[in-house]
Amino acid sequence: MRAFTYQRVATPAEAVAALAAHPGARLIAGGTNLLDHMKLQIATPPHLIDINRIGLDQIETIPGGGMRIGALVRNTDLAAHPQIRRDYAVLSRAIVAGASGQLRNMATTGGNLLQRTRCPYFYDTNLPCNKRDPGSGCSAQGGYNRDHAVLGVSSACICAFPSDMSVALRVLDAVVEVMGPDETSRAIAIADFHRVPGETLPVQEFALAPGEMITAVTLPPAPGGWHVYRKVRNRASYAFALVSVAAIIEGTGGAEKGGRIALGGIGTKPWRSSAGDAAIPHGAQAVADALFAGASPTDQNRYKLLLATRTIAAVLAAAKG
Amino acid sequence: MKFETAAGDNPIDRGKVVGRATPRIDGPLKVAGHATYAAEWHDQSNLAHGYIVASAIAKGRVNSLRLEEAKWAPGVITIITAQNAGTLGQAGPNAAKLLGGPEVQHYHQALALVVADSYEAARAAAALIKPDYTRADGSYTLAAVTGASKSDGILGQPGDTALGDFAGGFAGAPVQIDATYTTPDLAHAMMEPYATIASWDGDRLTLHTSHQVVDWARRDLAKTLGMPKDHIRIVTPYIGGGFGGKLWVRADAVLAALGAKAIGRPVKVVMPRPLMFNNSVHRPATIQRMRLGAGHDGALIAIGHEGWSGNLPGGDSEGAVQFSRGLYAAPNRMTRNRLSQLDLPEGNAMRAPGEAVGSIAVEVAMDEMAEKLGMDPVAFRIRNDTQVDPEHKEKKFSQRQLVECLQTGARKFGWDRRNARPASRREGDWLIGMGVAAAMRGSPVLRSGARVRLVAGGRVIVETDMTDIGTGSYTIIGQTAAEMLGVPLNWVTVRLGDSNFPVSSGSGGQFGANSATSGVYAACVKLREAVAARLGIDPAKIKFAGTKITGSGKNVTLASAAEAGELTGEDTIDFGGIRQQRHQATFGAHFVEVGVDIHTAEIRLRRMLAVCSAGRILNPTTARSQVIGAMTMGAGSVLCEELVVDPRFGYFVNHDLAQYEVPVHADIPHQEVIFLKDPDPESSPMKAHGIGELGICGVGGAVANAVYNATGARLRAFPMTVDKLLEHMPVPG
Repeated sequence: MRAFTYQRVATPAEAVAALAAHPGARLIAGGTNLLDHMKLQIATPPHLIDINRIGLDQIETIPGGGMRIGALVRNTDLAAHPQIRRDYAVLSRAIVAGASGQLRNMATTGGNLLQRTRCPYFYDTNLPCNKRDPGSGCSAQGGYNRDHAVLGVSSACICAFPSDMSVALRVLDAVVEVMGPDETSRAIAIADFHRVPGETLPVQEFALAPGEMITAVTLPPAPGGWHVYRKVRNRASYAFALVSVAAIIEGTGGAEKGGRIALGGIGTKPWRSSAGDAAIPHGAQAVADALFAGASPTDQNRYKLLLATRTIAAVLAAAKG
Repeated sequence: MKFETAAGDNPIDRGKVVGRATPRIDGPLKVAGHATYAAEWHDQSNLAHGYIVASAIAKGRVNSLRLEEAKWAPGVITIITAQNAGTLGQAGPNAAKLLGGPEVQHYHQALALVVADSYEAARAAAALIKPDYTRADGSYTLAAVTGASKSDGILGQPGDTALGDFAGGFAGAPVQIDATYTTPDLAHAMMEPYATIASWDGDRLTLHTSHQVVDWARRDLAKTLGMPKDHIRIVTPYIGGGFGGKLWVRADAVLAALGAKAIGRPVKVVMPRPLMFNNSVHRPATIQRMRLGAGHDGALIAIGHEGWSGNLPGGDSEGAVQFSRGLYAAPNRMTRNRLSQLDLPEGNAMRAPGEAVGSIAVEVAMDEMAEKLGMDPVAFRIRNDTQVDPEHKEKKFSQRQLVECLQTGARKFGWDRRNARPASRREGDWLIGMGVAAAMRGSPVLRSGARVRLVAGGRVIVETDMTDIGTGSYTIIGQTAAEMLGVPLNWVTVRLGDSNFPVSSGSGGQFGANSATSGVYAACVKLREAVAARLGIDPAKIKFAGTKITGSGKNVTLASAAEAGELTGEDTIDFGGIRQQRHQATFGAHFVEVGVDIHTAEIRLRRMLAVCSAGRILNPTTARSQVIGAMTMGAGSVLCEELVVDPRFGYFVNHDLAQYEVPVHADIPHQEVIFLKDPDPESSPMKAHGIGELGICGVGGAVANAVYNATGARLRAFPMTVDKLLEHMPVPG
């Protein structure tokens, strides 16, 4: 860990002002990801801005429908919120499928959206990694990539995006609210928030502009339907998804009429497409064919296509129940 | 005391304390945070901190460490390197140097220790060191180098064994199995990392460290540092897991000692978790070929077991073939243990070395053969039991209750409900299967000493350099002394893990419990004699019971024996005679039920049962704890644990606890353990055996066999992760 300076701010406006005043500074909330990176010197911010006491920790009902989740709402609190559990169950289920109780107690909504990859080459500073050290290369290609992405990959990077929560937000059509350096706000659709790596470096993972801070996530009015988050992994807990499926299926009890489906563990961002949603009435293979159009698997992670197809089938079969 | 003939009746047989289920006496200290682990001796004044600089390449040379920037970093006191450390010896058990450079032997080999006023300063300065290397090509893939292998002995046993005519017997056998299995490199992944606080007083060195065998630590440090063994004191009263990884001195101990000497202050070195996997040791991967030949009657005609593993030059093989040498009868047999050279980090002992992974291949092959024969797997194993060492028929087992373990387990587990046809039982999305495997693990002993003191009030203090690596040594040693001296357990204070105490066996190879309690037994016998002499009681007739002493017409309190001053008994137990004349081993049977998700191929354990025969069970509570921990480790080794090799860079890629997946609580269902508990008078005066490694042997095979029974998919490359199993799964109906 490199020595750094630290300040605690009291309001969102102070936070963005501090970001603007300290080049290279990072915001710290739960710290469940950033502190690991600092200890390993994957991240070496010269200055930390502690935003844990700026508010933004409420879950509110939006008049006219929908919910607004403050960026600093802890994952545990969000997953346990009665209205979230009732009306946005896919989100609650996705959160509790991730990490551990201790980590969820600290991790925040905004921080979870900004999780970095768990690619082992990213974590070892001796090894080339374009995401950590732009231009050094991607060690996962030609190396160990059993857990890596098959969709949204490029020659620059093939690592999977790790957040479970973000996959549920994707299927819920959430919107990310951010505040810029001049305290202006803008809204970013969740579909646009996470970015796939292009061929150019550095790899841009998030749609945040320099100096911007997430302030909230809003959810549209409750979508109804049958909510499921199915996460596949080798051990029963405390592991990242090999494949995950977030789905909202409409019209249960008979032939499904339709719904929405997003996948985690297989892409460089949460993966969803209109073609995938539209294929739901035609069954799992059709959904998988639509979602995996253009997939680029390696010999080690090709199994994810079959695994995703079978997991989607399991979800659809359960929805028919 | 020399143990040479079968034990007769002795005070341990009373079973008032020994053999009773007893919570560990050090438990309250541990849950309250009062048990001091190696890095927690905060009473050290003027403590400095060392941080290890580890090699970024697997093989080659350091042209320059480039220390300039780090030397002047805030808080840095000195930097220890091979250049300034003086000449270091190399202890026998270490294949790789604990302080490397300029030659690099493996990834994350220690190249320097940055010593600073604070941990943070040392860590930050260490990160400034970017050595200049020249890489050399190395060998990192076991399968690529098996052709260039040599026979390697296993713990004093030959690398190759043969009896009868294996080739002819196998070729002529009506039913044959010929299959190859692979097991991955596995990590000890103990909770407490390597950690040492070193301090010097003149030419005397004290190490607060985490080590399984105190005397070996002294011996190996003396050799490494080139100093007299009796100038080294080791203090290691509590150890947060070792599993064999703390049998030998590691970089933390050597570098802390060098750092402390260089600056004249105590130095603490704790190995960071990401270095634990490549800097230290691991269980080497194996390739195992099993050939079984049997008659239609189910009798094995031929057993052939070949194993390949790799290590650094000077390192040992993973002797997997050991497992088949003593387990089943067959007239024609062959084992071959082959070792190749690899440039991966050093392989070394891990819980039941050889036997843990050997049992996977043997017991899956037995399952495959049972199916081919159309026999029940339990019946097939019983059919091929033997009461003599199958390779040395003149040698009997001191105790062998494999058949009883299998029969008891089958009955308790409801084995008769297993459907022999794979993939035939489904509950919702789960395919359900049951598997069985035999367990066997050698039961060695080592000489072991102790001192037992009778002090004021009749209280008892036991001192031995035995360690408690989470196993329950404190408790069973206390129970032994309490039984021998007729006092309640809470009258006994147990002091362990200090080289000022008599030399014990230490902990490892499941020899610790039987050896160390026998040493305490011997010391107690001496103390009883001293009491008898002081009180003028015939030593043959003296009785210790209920805190009283009786005999020769006397009836006095134990306290009265100490009134004229403390009495001490000290002795060391040595083993010979009957120990050599018998094959000493422990036996068990594992039964496992799994569910496999028919869609995703996720394997989840549903029930586990182990039936164990290991002589007298000294404490069913701590023994059960050992067995269920071993079952968990064995399950992990076939379900999720695997050190992944990147052959381009020559290292284990997944070197932290997020990426090296050990089972979590949610993976482990209710575990039942049944002990047969029959004392074995030919094992020791305690009539006990080890138990800590029996539990891991066979369990992986039982899990694999259950997965086959559930799915019809026979995986032979472990672990059985989703990516491998999925394509072999039945199509969901």
